[in-house]
Amino acid sequence: MALTREQMAQRVARELQDGFYVNLGIGIPTLVANYVPEGMEVMLQSENGLLGMGPYPTEDELDADMINAGKQTVTARIGASIFDSAESFAMIRGGHIDLTVLGAFEVDVQGNIASWMVPGKLVKGMGGAMDLVAGAENIIVTMTHASKDGESKLLERCSLPLTGAGCIRRVLTDLAYLEIKDGAFVLRERAPGVSVEEIVARTAGRLVVPEHVPEMQV
Amino acid sequence: MSGFDKCVSSYAEALEGLEDGMTVLSGGFGLCGIPENLIAEIKRRQTTDLTVVSNNCGVDGFGLGVLLEQRQIRKMIASYVGENALFERQLLDGELEVELTPQGTLAEKLRAGGAGIPAFYTATGYGTPVADGKEAREFAGRHYVLEQAIVGDFAIVKGWKADRFGNVIYRHTAQNFNPLVAAAGKVTVVEVEEIVEPGEIEPGQIHTPGIYVDRLICGSFEKRIEKRTLRG
Repeated sequence: MALTREQMAQRVARELQDGFYVNLGIGIPTLVANYVPEGMEVMLQSENGLLGMGPYPTEDELDADMINAGKQTVTARIGASIFDSAESFAMIRGGHIDLTVLGAFEVDVQGNIASWMVPGKLVKGMGGAMDLVAGAENIIVTMTHASKDGESKLLERCSLPLTGAGCIRRVLTDLAYLEIKDGAFVLRERAPGVSVEEIVARTAGRLVVPEHVPEMQV
Repeated sequence: MSGFDKCVSSYAEALEGLEDGMTVLSGGFGLCGIPENLIAEIKRRQTTDLTVVSNNCGVDGFGLGVLLEQRQIRKMIASYVGENALFERQLLDGELEVELTPQGTLAEKLRAGGAGIPAFYTATGYGTPVADGKEAREFAGRHYVLEQAIVGDFAIVKGWKADRFGNVIYRHTAQNFNPLVAAAGKVTVVEVEEIVEPGEIEPGQIHTPGIYVDRLICGSFEKRIEKRTLRG
């Protein structure tokens, strides 16, 4: 069975470490915040200028001046700090964020990522994604393995305009957890009940399948 | 008498001198911390052919979105189009010139503009369409793109509280791009929720020192929430 969005978030959460400063993108990455292991402390960075994002507010706490990068109303946790956008990207670009999790349209075997536009059809803009992928050492891309039409999103070469070149090393899809190494995807884990054959069939870019591919623990 | 008093008495006076074809820098992220009354005043003035620099372009019907509706903007420099349908349509139709700029690069361009730095190198955007036509250089084995600073004819800023000398503090995440555009405007206009006497704000708490501020006005704000999200 392909992973649900919640299961994908759970799997990513296993990469968290106590004391990590983490930036979570919009969509599945945002859900990772719900699965921080008990007893572990992480500080969530929101690139509009908040380090230490807390839960969504109650009706009483609701405040138009307190939002996250997804423009949702949020709260600040104890120990949070707030700053301007240049400061926010100084900590991103300067490599101070321990883990970045973001979505994508496509990823390829060279570690290229495309996530901000489909020429002639859709323009979302890159927002902070180009800075995040350029500044972070430790990035996990989360996305579905294939598009709604069944087209693989793990390619030999990205077809869409890039967000960053050669910057992605790890991808979690609804079918598999993969590493990008030496010009290929390396299959590290498969979703429970998903066969290696299915992953091979849905991966367009060069795929290395080790002898033993464990089932993911979610 | 005080040569430092930045207060003006009307929004018309606040934007006096704004002309067609000028570059306007606007603070705000989404609808948070946007100078909504100054934007409304630009609409009222019907100034056109503007280049607007702002992270977003409001939403349909509010914030900078109203200037798109009136076709007052010729060129938009922003990082995110997102859910603004009119912005996306004008962009795809080629009706609006758009320079999509990575958010951190945009922030740094404005910071540099205010700080007298003409350009800087950043790894952001290397190998992507953003780097097309720009000088690239390698430092310690890594590739960087040369990005130029931005300054504006006018900067429009939303603060929380200011003293009459134009010393401004921002509230929570309504800070965002506001202090950056404040420093990068030739004429910087700040609207706030409350104006107090000099000395009432602790000097060390001031975000934007009055030296950057030319005009100050107190307004009332709708503060529309783009995505009202409550705990389950």
